Amino acid sequence: MSLAVDISHVSKEYRLGAIGGGTLKGDIQSLVARIRGREDPNMKLDKAGYNGNERFLALDDVSMQVEKGEALGIIGHNGAGKSTLLKLLSRVTAPTKGTISYNGRIASMLEVGTGFHPELTGRENVYMNGAILGMTKAEISKKFDEIVAFAEMEKFIDTPVKRYSSGMYVKLAFAVAAHLDSEIMVMDEVLAVGDMKFQQKCLGRMGDAANSEGRTVLYVSHNMNTIRQLCKRCVVLDHGKVIFDGDTETAIGLYAGKNRLLRNVIECTDDMRRDLFRDEKIVLKTISLLDVSNPVFNNKDVIKLNIEYEATKEFEHICLRVPISYIDGTIIGMATSMPIIKCKRGINDITIEIRPENLASGRYSARFVIYSVNDFGTMETHDVVDSAFLFDIDNEATNNINWEHRYWGAISFPVIKIV
Amino acid sequence: MSREFDTVIKPKTGWFDIKLKEVWAYRDLIVLFVRRNFVSHYKQTVLGPLWAIIQPLLTTVVFTVVFGSIAGLAAKGVPSFLFYLSGTVAWSYFSSCLTQTADTFTGNAAILGKVYFPRIVMPISTVLTNLISFAIQFAMFAAFLAYYAVKGDVSVNRYALMLPILVVHMALLGLGTGIIISALTTKYRDLKMLIGFGVQLWMYATPVAYDIGIIPQKYMSLYMLNPMTPVINTFRYAFLGVGQFELNYYLISWAVTAAILFVGVILFSRVEKTFMDTV
Repeated sequence: MSLAVDISHVSKEYRLGAIGGGTLKGDIQSLVARIRGREDPNMKLDKAGYNGNERFLALDDVSMQVEKGEALGIIGHNGAGKSTLLKLLSRVTAPTKGTISYNGRIASMLEVGTGFHPELTGRENVYMNGAILGMTKAEISKKFDEIVAFAEMEKFIDTPVKRYSSGMYVKLAFAVAAHLDSEIMVMDEVLAVGDMKFQQKCLGRMGDAANSEGRTVLYVSHNMNTIRQLCKRCVVLDHGKVIFDGDTETAIGLYAGKNRLLRNVIECTDDMRRDLFRDEKIVLKTISLLDVSNPVFNNKDVIKLNIEYEATKEFEHICLRVPISYIDGTIIGMATSMPIIKCKRGINDITIEIRPENLASGRYSARFVIYSVNDFGTMETHDVVDSAFLFDIDNEATNNINWEHRYWGAISFPVIKIV
Repeated sequence: MSREFDTVIKPKTGWFDIKLKEVWAYRDLIVLFVRRNFVSHYKQTVLGPLWAIIQPLLTTVVFTVVFGSIAGLAAKGVPSFLFYLSGTVAWSYFSSCLTQTADTFTGNAAILGKVYFPRIVMPISTVLTNLISFAIQFAMFAAFLAYYAVKGDVSVNRYALMLPILVVHMALLGLGTGIIISALTTKYRDLKMLIGFGVQLWMYATPVAYDIGIIPQKYMSLYMLNPMTPVINTFRYAFLGVGQFELNYYLISWAVTAAILFVGVILFSRVEKTFMDTV
């Protein structure tokens, strides 16, 4: 197999804050001051301690290679550098260090339909967009019918696109990009728009492009299911660095469980919280595992936890809700408690038991929600701690099956009885 | 290693890095941009491309009244309406090339920030779009010219054959100045403020609203350094027979144009790779 894309030691640096003085006058002043050996007059204007040259590495020595016909997924949290990488690939901006080499044309769909002009008709825009992506007029004409059929737009193709719905817009734009004879396709969350049916059609199209047409696909998404569907290999970016490059399942696991270890005592910190659901009337403090030394169970065990929380006043009825997710973020289910009668002002603690019945082997995370119910039956959420508690389920394998979350989900039903 | 690849993206490239071959490969895009610019400009207007005529026509009327009749600055011996029309038509092609290409990076940030194509495609298509408007305006000028020529007021001479060269000259000068400004406005927005009245001032430094004869002889050589002056002069001389064609000044004008264009292309190619980070 030959290489399609070779990214070698690429860094991209941005300067924080406003670039330069922002005005020609400011820059000339600074320049004159520097020549005369005086203090830069514009520096004084800045806040104390801030030096105008603070730099930020959006990508830090990133290297990866993609083979021809491969579909590579790129995942990472917001700010990990995914979009910067795609921007460099599509030559919207240039790297600060390192080189990117590739063969053939790159069709980028960073944001589909940006080349569309609202006044022009769908037909005109197909030509326009195709040309922006690097096709010649003859090439577009040859594929025109195919593009329109794919977008299911036969009826509206001669209407100005300003009259289109946003779904139609995206469909048409995707169709153009997908039919481009490019050797490499770069895609960033394009499928977030469009209905399920069209999403599946697009994924199918991209899969075909990679598998049977030998095109290379670079796909960025936060939707792990589409990543799974399309890519066998995944790169995980974190703070501008490649932290993993390998099979998709491991990559997704790493992405979801980033920097989190199995722990027995969890202090609830602010970065586990969602500000949306916080009112400080009751604050979760610590969650500690009881009875066992490690949070590893089988699905017949009981997970026993002690939860400490602080209340600012007395409450009559307090409840606990524990949604459980698989490590990639897919919600599996939820366990709820009966109202805990009364909590007093100050520090309280309760011990709870959760039964992970039917959970398949794998790593899970639990979220803790504490809420109260008043006399009228209205619920009020006080605190939510996200993915605080991680635990592993390690069942005895039935028939030596290694559980595949990708295909089977996370619930292992009781063994089928033959009657 | 990199030799096996067609394209290599590197951080910094040389000073002069415009790939003409690549621009040629995107010729269809240029055509489509020209079409888009032109069509979208006049969409949903009742008069459509007629607007291209109305604007210079009204300007000419105002110039004829104010500078011609009241101030008496028009050249003697030719109808002053035609004198001003010739100046306005030529100048408006140059100035619209300049102002519109100056807006290349900041005005198209949305599309330039998403996809790659040789950035120079954009200003080139702007210049070509304006060529269409110029053609319409020139046709109007030609009609008036024919009318006066039949009446025997003016006579067109063989320098009129230079028209294509003059048009290219104005296009390159407008393009060169425009891309210098577009490259600088990515960082310094000040120039954007300057451009509107800058073009206005430039016009008064060029014999558009008056005849060159009013310029004192001692300032003449300085005045002629303005690369647009010989162009307008030649244009008028060719079609109206006023003034004269001075080869020396005309060649200097070409030299200045070439220098501006050269600087423009260098600045443009420096900026085009990373302007998205600053714009």
